[in-house]
Amino acid sequence: MIRMVVLGMLLMPRPALAETGTLAAGDGRDTVAATCGTCHSLDYIRMNAPFLTPDVWQAEVTKMRVAFGAPIDDDVAAEVQRYLNAHYGTKP
Amino acid sequence: MLRRDVVAGLGTMAASFGAAKAADKPIRMNPHLPDGTRDEASMARLPGKQPLIRLTERPPNYETPIGVFRDAITPNDRFFVRYHLAGIPSMENLRDWSLSIGGDAAEHPSRFTMAELQKSFKSEEVTAVCQCSGNQRGLSEPHVPGVQWGQGAMGSAIWRGVRLKDVLQKVGVRNGAVEVWFAGADRPVMAATPAFHKSLPLPMAMADDVLIATSMNGQPLPPLNGYPARLIVPGWTGTYWMKHLTSVEISTKPQPNFWTRKAYRVPAGMFAVDRPFESQQDSATWPITEIVVNSAIAEPLDGTRGTRAGFKVRGVAWDRGHGIRSVEVTFDAGKTWRPAVLGQDLGKYAFRAFSLASGMLPPGPCVVSARAVSNAGESQATALVRNPAGYHNNVPQTLTVMVA
Repeated sequence: MIRMVVLGMLLMPRPALAETGTLAAGDGRDTVAATCGTCHSLDYIRMNAPFLTPDVWQAEVTKMRVAFGAPIDDDVAAEVQRYLNAHYGTKP
Repeated sequence: MLRRDVVAGLGTMAASFGAAKAADKPIRMNPHLPDGTRDEASMARLPGKQPLIRLTERPPNYETPIGVFRDAITPNDRFFVRYHLAGIPSMENLRDWSLSIGGDAAEHPSRFTMAELQKSFKSEEVTAVCQCSGNQRGLSEPHVPGVQWGQGAMGSAIWRGVRLKDVLQKVGVRNGAVEVWFAGADRPVMAATPAFHKSLPLPMAMADDVLIATSMNGQPLPPLNGYPARLIVPGWTGTYWMKHLTSVEISTKPQPNFWTRKAYRVPAGMFAVDRPFESQQDSATWPITEIVVNSAIAEPLDGTRGTRAGFKVRGVAWDRGHGIRSVEVTFDAGKTWRPAVLGQDLGKYAFRAFSLASGMLPPGPCVVSARAVSNAGESQATALVRNPAGYHNNVPQTLTVMVA
């Protein structure tokens, strides 16, 4: 019975392929799925849409890098931010 | 437990994701939530739980449907689930659980098994609301980033366990102790991510009603609500209620962890507190601590239909431990307010149920709201008290019933 409650230490290295497909198609989608999806499901992105301005999305990405230690270099961070603004940001 | 329950939970991401996509939409999503949240959320079932409103899958953040708050006690299988980090301990990991009590201000550092804990200390009980600091964040205007909770990141339960104070006194608290630090068995995915650690000021840790709970509503703690032991900090927001508690350290120093120093902060002095967390205050921000007075209407649901014979409003009100003095309800969009009937008093930290019958109603939209006042005279905010993380939103919610 106890064994059936399988929560496991969930150290998922990558989101499932099916999860990547739930993000809007566009440049940077695979990068976003691979980087953001290492630590959390991608529904976090959709849940926080579409009300974040470019400044706030940038602050979120910076938080993930600085506070949470996401190993993302500047180029990748820029690509992630471009994608988030294009698909999940405020509309100008 | 059925196999499909396991698959629909957190066993494997691919399987759980597929199952979740097939799940139903919630009966009603608050129209004030962000569009993305309303699109994304669905009813989904975690192991040992009835369907809850899933906001995120990994780490799991699931809220209780509003209708559950008809009752002043929230059942274990409807109680919300909130994790910061995706490394969640399995029941197997926790089978050999023990609790370490140490720190630089502990006289005799010790370790207790469950049996030792229960044998060594008197069993105590408290009925208290566990509420996420960000409950109702999703209803803030303008929206702020974070988990976009409606009103369901909360619940009130009967917690049983041992007093933290008794354990600390047995181990011995040296002069110079300022805080007690806590850690649980959940883990970040990456080593570079700060583990979820919290602390309490020593006077709070020594308060009579702060427990190390091993039971919830007469049952062992559910796996996703902190099994086998969690901290109960009545009156303070859920961030202090460490789940899967494994380590307690009595410390001469303020805890330096991210989750205390940088997260869960509010602008200094913005919200009233009786027991300030002085060792963690700076000139700009204070840790969020005491819950603000609030209420929730469980029924009727927004957008439902009613008849001219009227309907009954039911819900709960709660605060930081002064208790609820009164709840008023309006059926005419705030033009007139009438006192609701309060339910049984289950304790100053518990939900207080309330109800009120509308009586005969004119046809048309009936706009309902409720507002609570605590025994300290504190009322719900009439306008959002804005703060960067969207904490402490206690603006009365309104709903509309179409009367015909």
